[in-house]
Amino acid sequence: MNTTFKAMAAAIALGLPALALTTGPAFADEMAEGKWGEYQVGDKRSGYTYAGPETRAMQDDEFQNPAMLWLDTGMSEWENAAGDAGKACADCHGDAEESMAGVATKYPVYSEETGKMMNLEQRINFCRTENMQAEPYKWESDELLGMTAYVKNQSKGMPVDVSIDGPAKEFWEKGKEFYETRRGQLDLACTHCHVDNAGNLIRAETLSQGQGNGFPLYRLKWQKVGSLHRRFRGCNNNIRAEKLPYGSDEYTNLELYVTWRGNGLPIETPAVRK
Amino acid sequence: MASKPRVRAPKSASKGEVVEIKTLISHKMESGQRKDSDGNVIPRQIINHFEARFNGEPFFIAEIEPAVSANPYISFYHQPQESGEYEFVWNDDDGSTYSKKSKLTVEG
Repeated sequence: MNTTFKAMAAAIALGLPALALTTGPAFADEMAEGKWGEYQVGDKRSGYTYAGPETRAMQDDEFQNPAMLWLDTGMSEWENAAGDAGKACADCHGDAEESMAGVATKYPVYSEETGKMMNLEQRINFCRTENMQAEPYKWESDELLGMTAYVKNQSKGMPVDVSIDGPAKEFWEKGKEFYETRRGQLDLACTHCHVDNAGNLIRAETLSQGQGNGFPLYRLKWQKVGSLHRRFRGCNNNIRAEKLPYGSDEYTNLELYVTWRGNGLPIETPAVRK
Repeated sequence: MASKPRVRAPKSASKGEVVEIKTLISHKMESGQRKDSDGNVIPRQIINHFEARFNGEPFFIAEIEPAVSANPYISFYHQPQESGEYEFVWNDDDGSTYSKKSKLTVEG
């Protein structure tokens, strides 16, 4: 009993999921043989394939995945009536497991109402202000992250399928330009890390392809769930460039481009990353 | 985020079987070693104690220290000899406690 506790406490203190101690090695061998399974489609590889075995084990165990706490928040918000219209999401959309299945695979989408791209967070808040006549959720609030993750989780395992046809095309081009433009004191573009050097080290960290299929996700560094825009801000900060506001047009266009790059990869929300 | 515990414990087991129990609670686990943007120390607020009881009898106790990450996940084992009720209790630095109960039926 005493020794069990000590081992457990050590595992907690190091931030290591206890489960990984048993499942880690076998998993690592499998990965070494290049069997990425559903996490690789053609040349596209999910961030999952660049993550360490402990992190992957956390994501694989739905109970151990701390992001599920945020999904619980999203689930209760779904039923929670708010605003002057006195409606909850469930009043119009019914059971999220049915009505929201596959929806997130298409986002960001072009919105006729606003004349620009709308990502899932913006769509949720649009629904709140227009249809529920409620206050929009604040960006990076537990409610918005929880709701976004909950909705996107209904498409888990389905391939990302973003359209860049029609009116979305010009926004895709803007996103692509952002992606390929050098910025910040380090004078780096997204491509320099995530296209040219995916799999290589940047200091001690492995660069991934920068795919967005797992967002919103639980990041161990953040100790909470965060949005893709938070990740963009972190990246921009790292290259000592200006961080743009959450939900800015530039980031939403960039989200379109980044998500389109990952077309075909399965939605993993909520993923776990280091 | 309000602290909400999640527990995965079996509903039934055979007598003497070793069962695994998993718990997860949302908590910021503020270590007390950080400062805010004005240089003031952010007061420590962590879950400092966790206890798992079966029919009121504690069988797993953890004293938790500030190095533990946010949203602590704790898993452990139990060997039930009779039917009963689990109770899991988390103690917060601010004096509040969070708890969750779960029933277990032992067959045979």
